[in-house]
Amino acid sequence: MHLVVTFFALYRERAGLRQLALELPKGGTVSELTDTIRHRFPNLAPSNVKIVVAVNSEYADPDLELQEGDEVCLIPPVSGG
Amino acid sequence: MRTLIELTHEPLNPEQITNQVRQDGNGAVVTFLGSTRDSFEGKRVLKLDYEAYEDMALKKMEEIRQEICAEFGIADLAISHRIGTVDIGQISLVVAVASPHRKEAFYACNKVVDRVKEIVPIWKKEVFEDGSRWVACEDHEFTHTEAATINTDND
Repeated sequence: MHLVVTFFALYRERAGLRQLALELPKGGTVSELTDTIRHRFPNLAPSNVKIVVAVNSEYADPDLELQEGDEVCLIPPVSGG
Repeated sequence: MRTLIELTHEPLNPEQITNQVRQDGNGAVVTFLGSTRDSFEGKRVLKLDYEAYEDMALKKMEEIRQEICAEFGIADLAISHRIGTVDIGQISLVVAVASPHRKEAFYACNKVVDRVKEIVPIWKKEVFEDGSRWVACEDHEFTHTEAATINTDND
C-alpha cells in the first residue's frame, strides 16, 4: 500500500523533509507506520516519546488500519495560542 | 455572514472579531487576546514563527467552538488564530465569546483557550539571537546517551 506522510514543525526539521512516500503492507496499522518512520529517522523522537499521527485530519489510534490514499500526518506536541 | 473560525497570515483585528459575536440579547462580551512574549527563561525572543496543519486546525477549532457552545449553552463564539511570522507584542490568538450573562462568557472563553492549546495542530517556534526552539517539544529532547547512539548509527 502506497502512502504519503507529511511532517510538520519539529519533525519536518529533524527529518529534513516535508513529505515522504512509503510502502506499507496492506492492512498496516498506525503503530506499524510509526515503527517504520522511527527506523528510517532515528533522530525524530526519543524512544519514550509517542509519535502522534493524524489520519484524514483526525487523531488516530495506534491500532487503526491504514488505507491506500489516506492523508497521514505526524503531529509533534502542539503549541498554538 | 459571520466568520467564526479563522486562520490567517494577516494581523488580527480584535474589534472586528468581537463584533461577530455581539447581539442585542447578549449582556456580556469577553475577548481574550494571546500575544507574543519577548522572553523565554531570560533569553530575548526576537519573533515567533507559527506553522499549522491548516485543514485539521480549522476542523479542530470548529469542533471546539461547537463543544464549548453546547457545554455553556451559548451561541456566539469566535476563534481566530494567526500563523506565519508574528513579531513580539503582536496578537496571535483572539477568542471572543458573548452570552446573555457574564459567567458563561468568562468560563467559556477560558476553556476555549485551554482546548486550542491542547488539540489544535498549530506549532510555534521562538527565534532567539543565537538559535530557536519549538515550544512544547521539550519532551522530545534526546538524552546525551541517546544522542551519542544516533550519531554513531549515522557514521
